[in-house]
Amino acid sequence: MSQALALPSRSNEDFRYADLAALAPLWPVAVEEIALGAGEHRALTITNTGGSAAVRELAITLAPGASLALHVLNASPAYGRIAVRAELGARAEFTLGAAQLAGGEATLEIVTHVTHAGPDAVSRQVVRSVAGGAATANYLGKVLVRPGADGTDGEQSVRAMLLDRTATANARPELEIYADDVKCAHGCAVGELDANGLFYLASRGLPPADAKRLMLQAFIAEAFVGAAEEEALQEAALAALEALL
Amino acid sequence: MLTIDNLQAQVADKPILKGISLRINPGEIHAIMGPNGAGKSTLGYTLGGRPGYEVTGGSVLFKGADLLGLEPHERAAAGLFLGFQYPVEIPGVSFVQFLRESANAQRKSRGEEPLSGGEFLKLAREKAALLRMDMDMLKRPVNVGFSGGEKKRAEMVQMGILDPALAILDETDSGLDIDALRICGEGINAIMRRPDKAVLLITHYQRLLDYVKPDFVHVLAGGRIVKSGGPELALQLEDEGYEAVAA
Repeated sequence: MSQALALPSRSNEDFRYADLAALAPLWPVAVEEIALGAGEHRALTITNTGGSAAVRELAITLAPGASLALHVLNASPAYGRIAVRAELGARAEFTLGAAQLAGGEATLEIVTHVTHAGPDAVSRQVVRSVAGGAATANYLGKVLVRPGADGTDGEQSVRAMLLDRTATANARPELEIYADDVKCAHGCAVGELDANGLFYLASRGLPPADAKRLMLQAFIAEAFVGAAEEEALQEAALAALEALL
Repeated sequence: MLTIDNLQAQVADKPILKGISLRINPGEIHAIMGPNGAGKSTLGYTLGGRPGYEVTGGSVLFKGADLLGLEPHERAAAGLFLGFQYPVEIPGVSFVQFLRESANAQRKSRGEEPLSGGEFLKLAREKAALLRMDMDMLKRPVNVGFSGGEKKRAEMVQMGILDPALAILDETDSGLDIDALRICGEGINAIMRRPDKAVLLITHYQRLLDYVKPDFVHVLAGGRIVKSGGPELALQLEDEGYEAVAA
């Protein structure tokens, strides 16, 4: 019991890049259980834009044929951590679309463990992070395909954009596959805004800050495509982005 | 309109422009021709203010004021338009959104009222029609999935919307088929051939000049203008080649 309550250390892979000092006063974190019955569908939005540190732990269970679409805007100026464990039954669908906007010295992170427990389940994770100043944006995501979970379709698309040379992005997509007939794709890239694109926009009269905002807005938007609250999320993300620039 | 005096510029510590002087008056169309590596595109980018193109000497006055001290977006607001040889693709950002913001940023810096959504769309539709471009294409992300010819026509639509005093068009004719070449040429004439506007066409070939008749033709070689003349110079180049004419 006391073991379970102890503050994790960096040797715990899930907390390797965490802001442990910010986590300590919030630990232990209550796990929020979300269980969807067979064929049930739900959409969930988490907007983390408050001023204080926020740590969420979700444990999601999807019965056969259930689907959950989770959209996250992680843009706290302090520490923001959203950890998700999801277990997918046969033909279940889990979608995660997350944007992180990290400025100042903030550490923002999305940590996922997605388990394909039954056949023909689909998981799609799209994570877009922007980090400026001395901030850190992390994505640690593991997809586990259990024996017998044939027909699994898993996708992790992870991209991070660094606005300053002092900012950090960590991305670690992981796959662990014990079934044969499986389609698992993962893509991961960390980069800077395209200088050619910025000059092109500037040459039409857009001031540099506006050109950056426009390109980053488009970059982040990829995380919210198809979200039930797409427009509200885009607007909140834009406000957070403007604060970052 | 534009007075370039002994302009020298380098890219990655390599001198490319080695003393260019050129004067463009309102109402004039100038063509700069020259072999590969002569410095034609460097001249365009240097005038546009592209990062990495370092001016090492000389001066440029645009409408009587120093151009080289301005940021790229300030040069645009002052009335300069740079047409790209290779227009850049910007995923996720629509032409309509970016052009309206650009046009309004320019207007704001000139102390003019911004265009409303309706006013802007009307203007965009008018210019798209001029270049025979489907308005729906302007709702798509900037240049993404456009053919070479569509990108160049979209450049001309942008020029029409932004209504510059001086357009520097870098190989607008490259990658165009015969019909698109004519449409672009007619577009340039319709938008820019006015007593208060001027154009600097950068090109390899005579063919664009069949549609956009230049008043002056200059030959750029080795980072310098080695010969200037009237439209007949372009025809002579086409017949005899750069080596013979520029020697």
